[in-house]
Parts: sequence; C-alpha cells; structure tokens
Amino acid sequence: MKISTKTVRVGAGLGFYGDSWQPVRASIERGGVQYIASDHLSELTLAILQKDRQKDPKAGYARDGVPMLTDLWPLAAKHDVKFVLNAGGLNPQGAREAIARTFCEKGWKAKIATVTGDSVLERIDELRAAGEALVHMDTGGDIASVRERMLFASAYLGAQPIAEALARGADIVLTGRVADAALTLGPLAHEFGWQWDDWDRMAAGLTLGHLLECSGQGSGGNFGSSGEWAKVPDYAHLGYPIAEVSEDGTALFTKPPGTGGRVSFDTIRQQLLYEVHNPHAYYSPDVVLDMGTLNFEDEGHDRVRISGASGAARPKTLKIVAGYQDGWMGTGMIGFAWPEAYAKCEKSAQIIAALVQERGWAVEDTNVEYIGYNSLLGANADPTYRDQLNECFLRMTIRTKDRKVADAFGRLFPWLGLSGPPYVGSMKGVQPAKELLGIWPALVNRELIESRIEISLEEIK
Amino acid sequence: MKVQLWRIAHARSGDKADRADIGLFAFDPETYAVLKREITKERLAAHFAALLPGPGAGPVELWPLDNILALKIVLNGALQGGAARSLRMDNLGKNVAAQLLRMEIEAPGNLPRLLR
Repeated sequence: MKISTKTVRVGAGLGFYGDSWQPVRASIERGGVQYIASDHLSELTLAILQKDRQKDPKAGYARDGVPMLTDLWPLAAKHDVKFVLNAGGLNPQGAREAIARTFCEKGWKAKIATVTGDSVLERIDELRAAGEALVHMDTGGDIASVRERMLFASAYLGAQPIAEALARGADIVLTGRVADAALTLGPLAHEFGWQWDDWDRMAAGLTLGHLLECSGQGSGGNFGSSGEWAKVPDYAHLGYPIAEVSEDGTALFTKPPGTGGRVSFDTIRQQLLYEVHNPHAYYSPDVVLDMGTLNFEDEGHDRVRISGASGAARPKTLKIVAGYQDGWMGTGMIGFAWPEAYAKCEKSAQIIAALVQERGWAVEDTNVEYIGYNSLLGANADPTYRDQLNECFLRMTIRTKDRKVADAFGRLFPWLGLSGPPYVGSMKGVQPAKELLGIWPALVNRELIESRIEISLEEIK
Repeated sequence: MKVQLWRIAHARSGDKADRADIGLFAFDPETYAVLKREITKERLAAHFAALLPGPGAGPVELWPLDNILALKIVLNGALQGGAARSLRMDNLGKNVAAQLLRMEIEAPGNLPRLLR
C-alpha cells in the first residue's frame, strides 16, 4: 500500500476588510505556504461594496485586494504561492481588471480566475417565482417586507468552484461571497483530489479553514482572558496561522518561525468555537461538521496537531444573506472630568432627551451608554466606583427613519459645552447620520444557485 | 466558595445576525466539570437579562464539548437586530464574553487555577 507523505500548507491572509497583510509576508518567506486564503468579507461588508458600486459601476470589490497583491505578488511568485481571496465582493471581474492593470504595468505574469454567481439581488423575484420563499431563517418573516429596501443579497458558495479554478491552472482565484472556510477547503480538495462526498475529509478541511479565516485570532490575537492575554509574545509581529495538512485531513497547526503570537490548545480552541452556533452541526455549503469529535494535541512551541473531524452530508440548500436599509442612527458624545463625572453625563443625557422631546422628533429607540463605565460591559458593569470616576463620556445614540433627525441629533451636543455641567472634554466634531442595515438570512435550493456559477480564467502575460 | 469565571476560565464572543455567541473554556478538566455542572441556561438568562429580548431562558442555547473542555453558549436576539442596526458601542458583541467572565459560580477552592 502506498502511503502518501504529501502535505499542503495553507496560510491565513486577511481576516476582514481592512485587516493588515504585512504578517502574510512571513508566512510566504519562511512559513513554507503554498496557498494564502484571504477573507475580505464579513457578514455586512457587501453593504459597503454595494454603495461603492452605486457610485461607480467599476467598483464594488474589496479595495484592499489590489494593494495586497501588488505588495506581495513578487514574493509570492518567487515562492510559488497561490492566492484564494473573496475580495471580488460584488464585482470579481472588476477586481480582476484592477489587478490585471497593475500586473501589466509591472510586467508580472499570472493566471487569474474569477468565480461568480453568488449575487442574487437581481434574482429575488425569479427565485420566489421558482418556489423559494426566502423567509427569514430566524424569524420566519416574509421577504416582501424588506424587498424594496434591499441593498445586496448573496449566496454563500462552497469550495468546488475554487478547486475547479485551481485545476484549470489559476494562480489567483478571486471570488465574491463564498463560505469563509471554502477559501481553504478549495485548495485542499484540489491538491489531494478529495471526493466531494468524503464527508470526514470535507469536515477536516472546513475545520482548518474556520481556524484560518480570522487571521491573527487563530494565533493568539484577541485571546479572551484575564492575564493570559499579556503572556502572548510580541503582538507587534504576530504571525498569522498556517495549517500543514496531510491527505487524510489531519494537520499540524502552527505559524511562521520568528513571529509573535501563540498557537496553542488554548488559543485555537477559542477560534474553533468563534461565531459558531450548534457545534455539533456547523453548516457549510460543503459539509456539516461535528466539532465534538475533534482532537487537539498541543506539542508546544506553537504546534498543535488536529485530527478527528467528522462530517455529515452537505445540505441541499445554500444560505443567502441579504442586507436592507433599516433607518438611521444619530450619535452624540460629551465627556466630563471629576468631580461627579458620571452624574454630569447622566444629567446631560436627561437634558438632551428633553430637547429631543420638545422638538417632537420621531425617534424609535434611544441608547444611553457611559464610556469609562458601562459602554462595553452593559448591565454587568461593576458600579462600585461609578461616582468616583476620574472621567466619563456620555455616548447617546438614536434610531430614526428620518436622516435629518439623525444628523440634527449630534448637533444638539456642542451647545452643552457652555450651557451645561462643568469641566467638559473637547467635542472632537459632530458625527453625521449613519445608515443602519438589517440583515436577512434565508435558505435557497442550491441547484438554483450552483447552475449559474461561472468560472473564468484570464492569463496576464 | 463563590468564584468569578475570569479566575478559572477564558472566553471569546462574536456575532451572527442577531445572535451573540460565546465559547467558554476551562483551563483544566477539574474546572470543566464544575463549569458543566454550574452553568445552566437559566443562570445565563439571569446574567444576560439586559441583553435578551424577553424573560426566561428560551433565547439561550448551551452545548458542552468534552473534547475541548468548553461550553458553547448562544444568546439569540441579543444584538438589537444585528451589528449593522445596533445602537450600542459594542455592536459586534465582542465584550459579551467579558461580561460572562464576571459571572459568579459556586466552585471548590482547590481548583488548579485557584491554587496557583
């Protein structure tokens, strides 16, 4: 019997739109990676990209993809590293054109594939006509209630089109919305020739993709703890995680030598459960993972062995996430020093509430928080020192359907500087109205989506 | 004795739509057994009453994971409709885990982390 000793090393790219790609350099230079899986889209990033596209039809992709590739491509090409990234956003072709322009100017060569078919904003009526109710997954609500206000709607695609793009020879695969972990599972399935119904291997790939998809959170960043976080070495040079994967789906999870951060049983199990609902049925387009059978063996020195993933058959549906316009937020802030810093914030909130009421503004919700006291811990803030705070900031926000009210709300605050309580902090400007977005998760028959997936490859010579 | 969770466990939280989720992790098996026994949906509902949409433990989900000495906790409806429509400073629920670490439970005084 031939036992394969081949391993594939996949490194984390970005973990969100705006993350740093500098740590990726170490993964390429001395982490031995063959692929970088880069996640540029959080749940509502597409709303930002939709606004970009409304202003400019050529836009609508994550704008950090181009500078990232421009910065890293010479190094990546030298080390034969491929990129899989969802920076295509709502316009993967636009992203490819932007990258191709830069690569042509520089004289660089690359085969760039795009994967499209995820965006269904223009297909909502067609899908409903085909019998897809698209009711809200959590509330059962009727999509008709938000249809007119919808800004984007995209289905989470799986790893198959990514693997196919790689099989066709792509060096860079640009997708729109795909399951975050598919950015890793795609290269693994391609390299090892995994069968798409080999549920345990699919589950292993999904596990590793999930551990890589939040960049530094998989290697010691945001290590939620008291005291332990301070023991994570060299945050300034925190290395992004790397999975060294074997054909059977088992892996060594690590990070590049000479970087900061920490890969340990403690840090990676935090990432394993991050943004997971039922851990025994973690849904993805490619498999349903049971995290209850996973084994983590911490070897020390930033090395953890991962095995034991088990999977069940993939769902017959894909998840769609749509975002819709849901009113405006007005924000006001003012800060005070001791004495009675908290009491003065509280008084200011009362004064502002009275002004809002006198003006008869239609406000749906008001949120009052005290920065320095309870703006992050809420009702679980400890009141022991509330009345002796050195300083405290009032942050007050309202929800309203009227953009003008949201704008006017912030402008109520500066007046307090001369006509309110004493020892006021500087205002640092007035915040404009912010558009609020509701989120609409729904399920759709996957055949209706996957039959429209297109993979296109362009060679830049 | 009464112990706040930060002394014996670590935790991270995140968001999905209108759902805050928390992973709570024991540093050792002895503590995991205590967490599994002491932390119930009802106790969580009381601790997070200000975040939950209604009274009772209905919106709380809880799964123990023996293989990683962890509890997975989900608070449905805890994010004012979701991060992008929330009025809160912590619209992403990143500090819900910190709030959990303030929860007080009954624990034996000889747990490894308490003897350090």
